[in-house]
Amino acid sequence: MAVDTQSLDTHRETDGDVIVTEDLTKVFEGRGGSVRAVEKLNLRVRRGEIFGLLGPNGAGKTTTVGMLTTRVIPTEGSAFVGGIDVVANPAIAKQVIGVVPQTNTLDRALDVFENLYFHGRYFGMGAREARERSGALLEQFRLADRAQADVNELSGGMAQRLMVARAIMHDPDVLFLDEPTSGLDPQSRLALWDVIGELHTRGQTIVLTTHYMEEADQLCDRVAIVDHGRLLALDTPVALKRSIDADTEVRLHAAGDLDALARELEKMPGVGATRVVDGTVFAYLHAGGATLPEIITRADHLGFAVQDVGVTETTLETVFIDLTGRELRE
Amino acid sequence: MSSTTTIAVRPKSASSRSAFGALLLRDLAVLRKEIWMFLGRTVMQPLLLIFVFAYVFPKIGQAIGGARGAAEFSTLLVGGVIASSMIFQGVQAVALPLVQDFGYTREIEDRVLAPMPVWAVALEKVASGAIQAMIAAGVVFVLATFVPATPVHLSVHWWYLVTLLPMAAVLCAALGLTIGTRVEPRQVPLIFSLLVIPMTFLGAVYYPWQSLTPLPWLKWGVLVNPLVYLSEGMRMSLTNGVPHMAAIWIYLAIAGFTALFLQQGISGFKKRVLS
Repeated sequence: MAVDTQSLDTHRETDGDVIVTEDLTKVFEGRGGSVRAVEKLNLRVRRGEIFGLLGPNGAGKTTTVGMLTTRVIPTEGSAFVGGIDVVANPAIAKQVIGVVPQTNTLDRALDVFENLYFHGRYFGMGAREARERSGALLEQFRLADRAQADVNELSGGMAQRLMVARAIMHDPDVLFLDEPTSGLDPQSRLALWDVIGELHTRGQTIVLTTHYMEEADQLCDRVAIVDHGRLLALDTPVALKRSIDADTEVRLHAAGDLDALARELEKMPGVGATRVVDGTVFAYLHAGGATLPEIITRADHLGFAVQDVGVTETTLETVFIDLTGRELRE
Repeated sequence: MSSTTTIAVRPKSASSRSAFGALLLRDLAVLRKEIWMFLGRTVMQPLLLIFVFAYVFPKIGQAIGGARGAAEFSTLLVGGVIASSMIFQGVQAVALPLVQDFGYTREIEDRVLAPMPVWAVALEKVASGAIQAMIAAGVVFVLATFVPATPVHLSVHWWYLVTLLPMAAVLCAALGLTIGTRVEPRQVPLIFSLLVIPMTFLGAVYYPWQSLTPLPWLKWGVLVNPLVYLSEGMRMSLTNGVPHMAAIWIYLAIAGFTALFLQQGISGFKKRVLS
């Protein structure tokens, strides 16, 4: 990536990519020593895509979003959003970003309508324009009947929709959603997925962080898998899953020397790779090879008491385990 | 929508100016909604103070310094009570909401993301707090003039008043910003017991600073208290014949404390919202 890092101009050519980071690094200095939250991250987000940052809690996702949204100051490296250097020109960069943070940050002194209206005014809209757009967004997000309500009265799902509406009030180039559905009930989560899908259809560039692999899989055009502040893989969900080189994943819970069991299973036809994680043997199978009953029988013959089995298609979780040797959710 | 490939951004100065104005507009809208709360917190303390010291005491013959003294006392109390109400306002309108914000609600995040520098967001808090302190001064002026049982002899020195009042208001709001960015929610009671109450009792509210001459250690000690200069300044602006310190020291001290609190408050604010 040969980009001129000398230039500190307000605008910068970024080859049509809306977000470009170069060796973006954040080290937090604390009493317990320093924590390298993000380590030399190089990302490019294309206009109009939904880009997912997938990783467990503490992987550095929120810190990354914090740096891209001017709230966290990078220790090293640079980041450009809409061609604007977010470190050198945070006040300008804030014009082109919309942020939905992890916690409810609605203005409790204002009602639902006013939360949108004043946000619009902060971004330079006139009174009339802000009023009209607030009304339109309340309709779009099915909150119109709550316009005069106190924001404390909103359900979690409604509050989250209002935060998304507020974040796109000023028509940002990039919408950042930090763990948008964590803490929502399944129904509200699906409703929010619909909202995100609709925004995507209208051409909105979206960056979302999540530790739910289904969310990344379902919503995102491309997914960056991160752990311990490092980028481990970056591709479309389909390509990431294909990288595993298997069609199904078998999980065997059994007692005994699981490493030995894994080595034995690998000798069977069609078994690509195996891995032992937390008392479970993961075996990746190609279609047309060994079947599940054959695997169980084989384990039985070898003297392993199989307590439980599971079969799934390969998922982003599989990819994460393959990359880190750990499960996504601890 | 966002399908365009060129991004039209406004210059930093233009977007910052309009964002600053809109934040002020938001604060005034909230003030209008909560006007009864504002009046409640503004009126009660000075009203009781004036009622007991300048109405009840003279009526029941407990007047400080006899009948003539009581009349003078009501007069000198006006400036002191206005000044102390402004300090209260700085704490209540700026410090307490910020403590809550940083401690639990994080509501201010959306305003921090407004297209302006972070220091300007902090400065807007000061501007809005200063406006509230000025309104409080007006409300208390009316109370202090009409509630006392003994006549209040005011003579307004307009030049002092129109310069000192806004300066005092900014100082109080800046003090609020400094406190608000440095105090944890569980320490809020300490703001009052260790800061506001000592400040008001030792802030030349109830007596002219020069009357402390018999206690030199106290007279010089209280000079670290910014309220002393506000009380003295308000008395200088509103009365004749009540002794006060020289105008130059009042102006210099208010300017100096304002600069200190602004610097401390803005750097504290940045520390709380950026990492």
